[in-house]
Amino acid sequence: MQRCGRVPLWLLGSVLLIRFTSGISAVDRDVQQTRPDSRPEPPSESTPNQSHADHGHGSSAVGGIPVVTFKWHHVETPYQVALWILVAGLAKLVIEANHHVTNVIPESALLICFGFILGGIIWGADKVQTFKLNPTVFFFYLLPQIILDTGYSMPNKLFFGNMGAILVYAVIGTCWNAASLGLSLWGCHQGGAMGDLDIGLLQYLLFGSLIAAVDPVAVIAVFEQVHVNEVLFILVFGESLLNDGVTVVLFNVFDAFVSLGGARINAVEIIKGIISFFVVAFGGSLLGLVFGLLISLLTKVTQKVKIIEPAFVFVLGYLSYLTAEMLSLSSILSITFCGVSCQKYINANMAESSVSTVRYVMKVFANGSETIIFVFLGISAIDTEIWVWNTGFILLTLFFIFVYRIIGVFFLTWILNRYRLVPVEFIDQVIMSYGGLRGAVAYGLATLLNESKIKEKNLMICTTLLVVYFTVILQGITMKPLVNWLKVKKAAVSELTLIEKLQSKVFDHMLVAIEDISGQIGHNYMRDKWNQFEERWMTRILMKKSVRKSRDCVFKVFHQLNLKDAMSYVAEGERRGSLEFVRNESAFIDFKKKFVDDCSGAMPDITACMSDDYSAMSSMSRIDQVPSVSLEMHEQNMKGVRETEDINTHHLLQQHLYKGRKQHRHRYSRSHFNVNKDENEVQEIFQRTMRNRLESFKSAKMGVSPPKKISKHTKKDQQQKVPNGKSTENGKRYFSGDEDFQFPEGDASGFAASDGSHPFPMTYRAGAGIENPAYIPDLDPMAAEIPPWLAEYDAGPVAPSQRAQLRLPWTPSDLGRLAPLRISTRSNDSFAQADAPAAQQKDDEPPTPSKRDGRNM
Amino acid sequence: MEAPFRFDQQTCLCTTPLSVSAYYSAQNTRLEASEKRTKGSKINISLEQIKNLHKRFQQLSGDEDTISKENLESIPTLANNPIRKQIIGAFFDKRNQHRGEAGSCDQIGFEQFLMVMSHFRPPTLKMTAEEKEAMRREKLRFLFNMHDTDNDGTITLVEYRKVVEELLSKSGSIGQEAAEAIADAAMLEVASTNVPTMGPDDFYEGITFEHFEQILKGLEMESRMHIRFLDVDTTTMRCGKSTS
Repeated sequence: MQRCGRVPLWLLGSVLLIRFTSGISAVDRDVQQTRPDSRPEPPSESTPNQSHADHGHGSSAVGGIPVVTFKWHHVETPYQVALWILVAGLAKLVIEANHHVTNVIPESALLICFGFILGGIIWGADKVQTFKLNPTVFFFYLLPQIILDTGYSMPNKLFFGNMGAILVYAVIGTCWNAASLGLSLWGCHQGGAMGDLDIGLLQYLLFGSLIAAVDPVAVIAVFEQVHVNEVLFILVFGESLLNDGVTVVLFNVFDAFVSLGGARINAVEIIKGIISFFVVAFGGSLLGLVFGLLISLLTKVTQKVKIIEPAFVFVLGYLSYLTAEMLSLSSILSITFCGVSCQKYINANMAESSVSTVRYVMKVFANGSETIIFVFLGISAIDTEIWVWNTGFILLTLFFIFVYRIIGVFFLTWILNRYRLVPVEFIDQVIMSYGGLRGAVAYGLATLLNESKIKEKNLMICTTLLVVYFTVILQGITMKPLVNWLKVKKAAVSELTLIEKLQSKVFDHMLVAIEDISGQIGHNYMRDKWNQFEERWMTRILMKKSVRKSRDCVFKVFHQLNLKDAMSYVAEGERRGSLEFVRNESAFIDFKKKFVDDCSGAMPDITACMSDDYSAMSSMSRIDQVPSVSLEMHEQNMKGVRETEDINTHHLLQQHLYKGRKQHRHRYSRSHFNVNKDENEVQEIFQRTMRNRLESFKSAKMGVSPPKKISKHTKKDQQQKVPNGKSTENGKRYFSGDEDFQFPEGDASGFAASDGSHPFPMTYRAGAGIENPAYIPDLDPMAAEIPPWLAEYDAGPVAPSQRAQLRLPWTPSDLGRLAPLRISTRSNDSFAQADAPAAQQKDDEPPTPSKRDGRNM
Repeated sequence: MEAPFRFDQQTCLCTTPLSVSAYYSAQNTRLEASEKRTKGSKINISLEQIKNLHKRFQQLSGDEDTISKENLESIPTLANNPIRKQIIGAFFDKRNQHRGEAGSCDQIGFEQFLMVMSHFRPPTLKMTAEEKEAMRREKLRFLFNMHDTDNDGTITLVEYRKVVEELLSKSGSIGQEAAEAIADAAMLEVASTNVPTMGPDDFYEGITFEHFEQILKGLEMESRMHIRFLDVDTTTMRCGKSTS
């Protein structure tokens, strides 16, 4: 399979390019030009291939119709690409299998080592290096998605808050690294430390510039695992991201100088170089911003094509990279800022399912190409061609890189600390200097060097590789112990809590106010002004109208927490085992809880296939309403649920039966991802289930005495609750008094769905003790407003039939009965401890307090 | 970063150097006295900063000795701030003035003004761990007092609701009910994190200071609650020097 000549081929949207170095080049030069998609059958192309009849492709020319042919050449390149991706993926799988290892050695280092082994195998088989990382592939197919991902998931506030420091490190620091390294090496060369090398000052500077930049891929890979505090992380990470752009620009400038030749460089050229540096850097960033805004604008109108909506983000992001490349601006900066600028708006504009799609696909791409990059960095090592040893050059480079990084960081931080409000601490500086990991960008640039102008290209590649290995493997491994040893302030692993969000908001406003009072124009003032500007103009232009209204960050957290709780509630329900759960809990908690049970049964399947609870809910809400479900039904529900586990069993079974069918159905559609909406069908299913269940119910309904059952299960319920009480409570506590909680009219489906989640509120744990009217949902509105939310669920695949079924045997009674049940819900825990008669008593208590409170709301 | 610099220059330039220096020589003794007093209470603000703040104080009060709520409310840039009331209230809250008293006053002098402002000074590299901790608590206390309007040591639900309501009042689409629901949810969050084993009949009165501290651990108050004007190394200092 390997000996097929030199065939670098392009792959549609894919990631890998493989170079074969052995054998027949004359023939394959033609193939080089072709792309897999344009390749298939034309006879003109098959002629060269026929010379390799032994490879199978030519066998079709023999005559007659072959039953089976083996056409390796036909699929060769895509096949190899896919194989390599698979291998890289498997490598990661193996490495991640054991966390004891990855805790000590960072994944990136392991991947490189894995690359060594693979490279060794290939070497053993071929005696020549056949695969290596090719700059074209790297810069066009592997790098962009990583940078886009980092830009997209950049913590913006932190990033721009520390922008000054990041820029100083990225621009001045990189220039300093490049210049000092280049000059020092040159000095040592002049001093005779390296023997006989054909490298001039300019070439040294070129080398310095390519190896100056800290690599974002390597940095993220290592720093993500050590969890340093966020300021330190953003400093290192932001620097690594931006200085990539800087280093590429520097590289290009010096490359131009080198090709110009030392003699012809005068002041004008140098000034031109400096100007081009700024033009390239800022032009790239601007271009990225423009593309970011473009994406934002586009996602404003894409709600009709939800399925391909996420693709726009990727395509336009990639285009921003390519456009910058085309205009010879900094493509890395371009795609970075594209991601940074669009994240807020696209997250708001797109449907929630699309947002998570974007997020996941982004991660898949980024993580995948990161893996491939590291593996190939390892594989590239096994090549005799590039191993040109020069002790002086290599060791001095390693030494200078290390030393100048430290000097640069400390010096720049010293300057910055004079202006920073919160100075960067000494320990943080140590970590920053130690975190100067070099990576694939440096290697990619090194392979780009022009051999005709730089005689010692191989030495430079070799040195670069060694530097990469040294920093990624050695420094990567020692980073964690160092961080622990120095007791670097780590990031607090904090969950998203509402109160923190609220407090930090209070906080921001307070700082602005204090600045106002003290009459200063400071950071906070500027940020406040920018926020106002953005609020007024940017969001108006770039955000959908419906989203704009509901876009308050506190509210968003609230909403997210609610969603999360709904999820955990469902999970909890499943975990406990369906029957027990349904029977016990629903016995005490009124129909609303029961409702949740219904959902917990109904949702997981849908959730699984929808990948997002949000869409699942909205899809449920969209299913057509079934008119025959009457409003009073749910009161009966309560009573019915108490008694018949048989019904529940049956009910659950039924659910699963119908679920399967629906799931099955939507797969055919490429553009609609919802469970079927056909009204007739839903009707039909509904009626059929109704009939079935009615019959089964009639046989099972007799001889059930509710109170006993309750008392029997309370204890059990309580016990079950204890170990996981926390999570259940978590699951419950946020939903409070939402009935009168008007969700702003947002994306119609989205909010309709969240409206649908309101039945949860009663599940809050009254034991928490806040005697608060808001927690006790108002009864009257409930009675009046049942249709909107109830109907949605009733219309769901399952609920209606059950409800209907429950209702039929029991005649409807007055609404007032509901109230006592609700009260009993409020003291869920105490109720559980009490015995059955007490429970009954509670049920009989008059509903007055809650009712009154509710009305006061 | 350049912003305060520009502004300072403006303020310095708009008053003529002569009058400023004359003013300072007259005021210096008093200012130094107030510096000593603030130092006595372990608040390190340099003389230059005090001078700067004093200038601002004069500007706000219209050359009076004391400042009233109306003075602060009339600051135009403050008009957009949703929690304006609380912040202004904090200035007139005696608890923030380290005198061991409670309640609020109508007028505050420069010293009190300085005391309140001192809550917003940044930590320095030289501080010891205990000092940092003390500073953090002090800052938290300030924030806590802002919420705890009736000074009973807890932030009750009613108090908290009010804060949230005002906080969200700027984003028009979120109504009062929503704000209340959010406040309630936040409160429940506090209750469940701090009192995980609460009996069924227990009643969570409100957030105590300890709970407050517990909750806001993740916010890194100490490294965020400060503004530039109190920094020794900034242009405020240079401004003071150039004029005096």
